[in-house]
Amino acid sequence: MKDFAALYARIDESTKTTVKVAALADYFRTAPDDDKLWTAALFTGRRPKRTITATRLRDWAAERAGIPLWLFEESYGIVGDLAETISLTLPPATHASDLPLTHWIMEIRRLSALDDAARKAGILRAWDSLPGSERYLFTKLLTGSFRVGVSAKLMTRALAQATGGDEANLTHRLMGGWTPDTTTWSDLIETTDPSADLSRPYPFYLAYGLEDLAALGPATDWSAEWKWDGIRGQFILRGGEHHLWSRGEDLMTDRFPELAQLRDFLPDGTVIDGEVLAFRDETPLSFNTLQARIGRKTVPKKLLTDAPVILMAYDLLEDAGTDIRALPFADRRARLTQIIAATPDTAPLRLSPGVTFSDWDRLTAARATSRERNAEGLMLKRLDSPYLAGRKKGDWWKWKVDPLTIDAVMIYAQQGSGRRANLFTDYTFAVWDGDALVPFTKAYSGLTDAEFRQITAWVRKNTLQKFGPVRQVTPQHVFELAFEGIQASPRHKSGVALRFPRMLRWRHDKPLAEANTLDDLRAMLAAHG
Amino acid sequence: MADVLTFTDRGIYCPAGDFYIDPWRPVDRALITHGHADHSRWGMQRYLATEAAAPVMRHRLGDVTLQTIRYGEERRIGDATVSFHPAGHVPGSAQIRVEVKGDVWVASGDYKTVADGLSEPFEPVRCHAFITECTFGLPVFTWLAEDVLTAQINGWWAANAAAGRTSIIGAYALGKAQRLLTCVDPSIGPILTHGAVENTNAVLRAQGIALPDTIRVTPDTKGADHPGALVIATPSALGTTWARRFGPSSTAFASGWMALRGVRRRRAADRGFVVSDHADWDGLNAAIKETGATRIFATHGYTSAFQRWLSEQGYDAHIVSTEYTGETGDDADDAPADPPAAGSDTVAAGDPAPPQSGDATPPQAGV
Ligand SMILES: [Zn+2]
Ligand SMILES: [Zn+2]
Repeated sequence: MKDFAALYARIDESTKTTVKVAALADYFRTAPDDDKLWTAALFTGRRPKRTITATRLRDWAAERAGIPLWLFEESYGIVGDLAETISLTLPPATHASDLPLTHWIMEIRRLSALDDAARKAGILRAWDSLPGSERYLFTKLLTGSFRVGVSAKLMTRALAQATGGDEANLTHRLMGGWTPDTTTWSDLIETTDPSADLSRPYPFYLAYGLEDLAALGPATDWSAEWKWDGIRGQFILRGGEHHLWSRGEDLMTDRFPELAQLRDFLPDGTVIDGEVLAFRDETPLSFNTLQARIGRKTVPKKLLTDAPVILMAYDLLEDAGTDIRALPFADRRARLTQIIAATPDTAPLRLSPGVTFSDWDRLTAARATSRERNAEGLMLKRLDSPYLAGRKKGDWWKWKVDPLTIDAVMIYAQQGSGRRANLFTDYTFAVWDGDALVPFTKAYSGLTDAEFRQITAWVRKNTLQKFGPVRQVTPQHVFELAFEGIQASPRHKSGVALRFPRMLRWRHDKPLAEANTLDDLRAMLAAHG
Repeated sequence: MADVLTFTDRGIYCPAGDFYIDPWRPVDRALITHGHADHSRWGMQRYLATEAAAPVMRHRLGDVTLQTIRYGEERRIGDATVSFHPAGHVPGSAQIRVEVKGDVWVASGDYKTVADGLSEPFEPVRCHAFITECTFGLPVFTWLAEDVLTAQINGWWAANAAAGRTSIIGAYALGKAQRLLTCVDPSIGPILTHGAVENTNAVLRAQGIALPDTIRVTPDTKGADHPGALVIATPSALGTTWARRFGPSSTAFASGWMALRGVRRRRAADRGFVVSDHADWDGLNAAIKETGATRIFATHGYTSAFQRWLSEQGYDAHIVSTEYTGETGDDADDAPADPPAAGSDTVAAGDPAPPQSGDATPPQAGV
């Protein structure tokens, strides 16, 4: 556990990506295989579940520390983290040993199966065997709250450095439904057969926003299609089973049961990159309709009829069981077209239509019609581009329509969380309705840390009322908000709901009276809702 | 029998001797525990402090009427007998013992029970009533052994020096900066100091305190001319243009608050070393026990929790509201521009106060 604690400390201490990656690479070069496997699991969010209540841990920790529970609670209030409070409050370890990370995770599992008294004895023994930061990490694992400031992407980079493996290949290997119980380090990382896990998705290729149309070269090198406003998904059909993965590596198969019938129409060994869209009468419905389906693990019949979905197919990644990501986009697209042509119209699958254009001016004109099609803009793909892993510049670009904007008045502020815990970062905005201000949206990103600090100081001096964590502030500051869409919403006082609202800029130049009005919002709703 | 010391809106007052201890409003006669700005304020007619505390006080307060006293020396003031005893907080810091008709009270100012190799080591003083700080009066605060801490700091400096980085550490100009100077290993590289730190160094050297050689940072100083250097700066200088002259660097803060991960991370330095001039939880409890006192007054820090804890231990414990701020007063421009709005007894608990804004203040209870 010492090496794992040292790794955690190096990552936790540093704000520099290179330092974190180097620390992880060192660890992956030296740690035992089981520990490496668990580390890869923990760093990709595969945490062991909490098996013991925080209340019990508090009782036992206070008792062991020889302090009354109220004093433990008081300390917890200051520290803000249970595992840290425990590790700081308990007396120094008297039986310090250096057992591996895997040992302690297995110990947590073993204890979870025991009765309360045996668990308590086991946990007290563990606390007494682990010094400072190791005790903290053990307790984080015990409470199911282990987190670390390194993305799966950075971890994969470190793994590539340590093993000499290819980063994209490793990214692929680390995806899917594996856990340390279902695989080994060697199967996951080292064997040459990556098809061991039939559900394993390919890393998504993600595009950057277009910077300079003129730099793309001749229009004839490019393909364009609509950028649909749904949920990006990867549909996998292998070995007679199908899986639907989100970009965030969530398995969404059961949330969209209508896609199961694609098993009957697609050939085995097919992987499609596409967009899950609410869709009726050959028309994409708004994201709002799809929203009703998100977050539901099981879908009632009525919802299936009210908000039917399809897979709008963009790209073909695997054809007849072969990874074809290295082929040019034009070839992959041709194969995809063929496969979809062979499916009946009743299947919930469509080929994302291409946008034909002979020059950039025509494409620019087509883009202007995006909103009326319920699209977010265009996707530009170089005809000869391979399907890459992760967010890469050059071959694919997203060219979204410009956001809608409105000038609004800040009326409430709330403190953020995490790194911004002491700053007021979450604001509620209002527009004018006659001489009243009507709240219509919240937004909490888009400003610099310096601006958040400035506003935080201002909020503290200009609080009119406190409602729990929320402060009502003097209406004074006007912000330009950007958003991607607007919908009628009877649940909101203003009657509208915005999609992806964020602060574009702080309008120091704008007098309060010149903020937009509710009528302006209604006009936008009529035009774009 | 009347109380030997009373608590007024000007400070701790002794009616029998007609003097104040560490007052925060102008008074005629002030006995001062140590030179930090929240305990040693300007505007008193007469000051009395230890010989070792006097030079820094003169440096900071200018031309004031200041008498000195040796540790342990008894002096009669009115009907009271006073003496000063080492508090282990910073050089010259003292607990002030006041005896009136056999009743003994001790005002401890700020104190630290573990010897740091710089300040005169803390001496327990038997008394009937003890006035204590509790800046770190919660059981989560336990300091590392001095040798472990020293090894951490030297290890960080040496690794930076080997990697071609300057090591910049933020520490308070009086006390903590010199404590770092005393514990680091000067064979690793040159030691540079911020002007505010170096001014205090000069005062302490002149009174005979041995400190390693240091180089004052001036507008012409360039990092490239001092490879492998350790720079001791005021906390507020970190992250400013002042610090940028040193090129590739690693930054650290030295403070008791660094025991908390959240504070460490919010300070956005590369490292946080747990170095404090105040007693930790065990230190506070041990010190109180050793006084033999039955009446305890908690002045600044986590006073309400600490008072409740002491009461449950059988002490006659009280909270006293004062204007002491831990060490925020040590460095005026380090005071929080906008103190966080939370339980007022913890707001004052500033060992090192954060630069600007509330985002680096110690976490608050019961927000
Ligand atoms: Zn002090
Ligand atoms: Zn103080």
